[in-house]
Amino acid sequence: MSEDKKTLFIDGKEVAFTDEPNLLEVIRKAGMNVPTFCYRPDLTQFGACRMCVVEVEYPNGRVIVNSSCTMPPEAGVNVKLNTERVRRIRRTVLELLLANHDRECTTCEKSGTCELQKYSEEYGVRNIKYPTLQPEDLKEIDTSNPSIVRDANKCILCGACVRACKEYHGHAVLGFANRGSKTLVQPMNGRKLADVDCVFCGQCKAVCPTGALTLKNDVNAVWEEINNPNKKVVVQVAPSVRVAIGEMFNMPAGENVIGRLYAAMRRIGFDLVFDTNFSADLTIMEEATEFLERLKKGENLPLFTSCCQAWVRYVETQHPEMINHLSTCKSPQGMLSSVIKHIVPKVREGFTEENMVVVSVMPCSAKKAEIKRPQLTVDGKYDTDYVLTTQEFAQMIKSAGLDLNKLEPEEADSPFGQYTGAATIFGASGGVAEAAARTAYYMVTGENLPSDDIEGMRGVDKSAYSKHVELDIKGTKVGVRVVSTLNEAEKAIQEIKNGTANFQLLEVMACPGGCVNGGGQPISCNTPELRKRRAEGLYAEDMRDLQFRRSHDNPDIKKLYDEYLEKPNSHIAHELLHTTYSDLRKGSYKDLK
Amino acid sequence: MTGSQTKVDFSKIDEIITQCGGKKSNLIAILQKVQEVYRYLPEDAMIYIGTKIEGLSPATVFGVATFYAQFSLDPKGKYEVKCCDGTACHVRGSMPVLNAIKARLNLQDGKFTTDDGLFSVETVSCLGACGLAPVVVINEKVYPQMTSDAIKVVLDTILQEENK
Repeated sequence: MSEDKKTLFIDGKEVAFTDEPNLLEVIRKAGMNVPTFCYRPDLTQFGACRMCVVEVEYPNGRVIVNSSCTMPPEAGVNVKLNTERVRRIRRTVLELLLANHDRECTTCEKSGTCELQKYSEEYGVRNIKYPTLQPEDLKEIDTSNPSIVRDANKCILCGACVRACKEYHGHAVLGFANRGSKTLVQPMNGRKLADVDCVFCGQCKAVCPTGALTLKNDVNAVWEEINNPNKKVVVQVAPSVRVAIGEMFNMPAGENVIGRLYAAMRRIGFDLVFDTNFSADLTIMEEATEFLERLKKGENLPLFTSCCQAWVRYVETQHPEMINHLSTCKSPQGMLSSVIKHIVPKVREGFTEENMVVVSVMPCSAKKAEIKRPQLTVDGKYDTDYVLTTQEFAQMIKSAGLDLNKLEPEEADSPFGQYTGAATIFGASGGVAEAAARTAYYMVTGENLPSDDIEGMRGVDKSAYSKHVELDIKGTKVGVRVVSTLNEAEKAIQEIKNGTANFQLLEVMACPGGCVNGGGQPISCNTPELRKRRAEGLYAEDMRDLQFRRSHDNPDIKKLYDEYLEKPNSHIAHELLHTTYSDLRKGSYKDLK
Repeated sequence: MTGSQTKVDFSKIDEIITQCGGKKSNLIAILQKVQEVYRYLPEDAMIYIGTKIEGLSPATVFGVATFYAQFSLDPKGKYEVKCCDGTACHVRGSMPVLNAIKARLNLQDGKFTTDDGLFSVETVSCLGACGLAPVVVINEKVYPQMTSDAIKVVLDTILQEENK
């Protein structure tokens, strides 16, 4: 056996390992599994749930039981995954967790995807020998937050949300409180989630193994609108949904199902089907123009992208003095809803501003909060009426009795259906910056970039949370910083504050890897490869499938400017496509008297 | 939380943070000093500390403050009565002493601070003075070998002092 190639045994089978951080990773790489609740590969190991315990037999005959997620792999040991002893421990853990759990599974938002439910089923837990939670012990469910619902009765204290909030967001709004059997996961001093500086990114929900953290569900409300004969329901779908929703219909991650998704939308009964990718192109036209304008004047640089609502809220609550750095562009969702409400009644018969309902299908939980921003309402009416997450929309397709696998692909409706590769990559961290670079370069030089592929901006895994690329626009050097997670964004902000920032454009996505890993996407916290596959699906569409790869080449975009918007950043464009930000520090819970 | 919250002087907290080193590993020392000043941890102070120190958040500070029994989130009394209920004190009769304290101060179940804010009463697990069991400590002063009658005399004396 050589130095760098070490092996151990898993249930007698020899398995090689190299630099895996823990035994659990070795076990999973070998194609086997042990159950876990608290282990999330992208977060620090915690060892809280004790579900991943295994028996480890050393060559000298010593046998120990340890949690595989916290144990470094050692050469020569024999790991036993399913001895009676460890199975008994896991069953006891499950029973203890279930004893303290609100087991109203059928009406739980997480039913079907709940890991506690799954392992209880696998381990055949049918009786609980401990006193169980009584109705009078139930704690109040916190529904105050516009996106996230917190139900402490379903919390198993695995701490995944606390770690996600701290490690992704930086200023954790969730924390442990009290000790021992009284321990709770909650915001500061038991406040409501609406009363702390939550940015609605939904990563706490994305890593939660149970129904303790879920998102607000608008499926039934949307069905009601669709079935209301007096309403015309228009739908738009975000870039990253097309490469993720297939997973919920047993397709591989990254498979682009956009045509079938349009078809499903029509079968469900949406009157018009548009694509948020169209307005991603529109965003690029506006944002690239805005960026070049600022670059020329040298003011409010670096420009912050404003597509990610969680990031926008982070700036508004934590660094309100920097809101003028934010691009004034609405997010693609906001732009499309605004042009839909403004232009569709003019071009489509039977559609009026009053009878139109705009629904967007998003990978995101923060979008549910975004539509309620006072800046995005006209006369008290929201531009976007409902946001459905990828998960909710899959639920809707299933409840309509449809199977995404069996639908024939269709096209989106005009005038907001056509899109370019620049738009589709919005769904991955770095995509917005890459798309902006393609168009900004063209706007300055009248030529296209020598290569449309800017590899340095791509990548969605842990090592690519922060990327830096220097562009050379015919002699003008432009530094572009691409970050995902607000922790990395905070570092960039600190660089700006202490004067060491070497970039003029800052793209921020709050979720690790960008929207492909958004809070509303199918569960991917146990397998970071999933978001990589999804991103690959987007780049494949950009590089292979689409006729155009640059936003300024989109014929529908050109038409929109010719017929309605005049030119990027025109007065009318400002009215429809741009927005303002406010200082939310005031009145936040950290604004101390 | 019960009771009204004290107004927090943030410059004072800044001072404490600087004095203790200002790192997140100094959190417990900082909270102890803040509690010395206010006799409990006001919510605003916890939020301020959690916002000010890198790597912490208000929720994290609250977690630490509620984990350790030494920290109180409710205002403590001018006289902090610590009744030891460690093994030695317990077998030598600390419970009757505690009950006598509660009876004398008119503290009903669940309450541990008197309405006038003069006394707060808590049990602690061991004060390390087992030879003197049962022990009561009032504001750092040790009262050894207490009985229910003796503690009443101690409390009466303090009350007389206060009422002068």
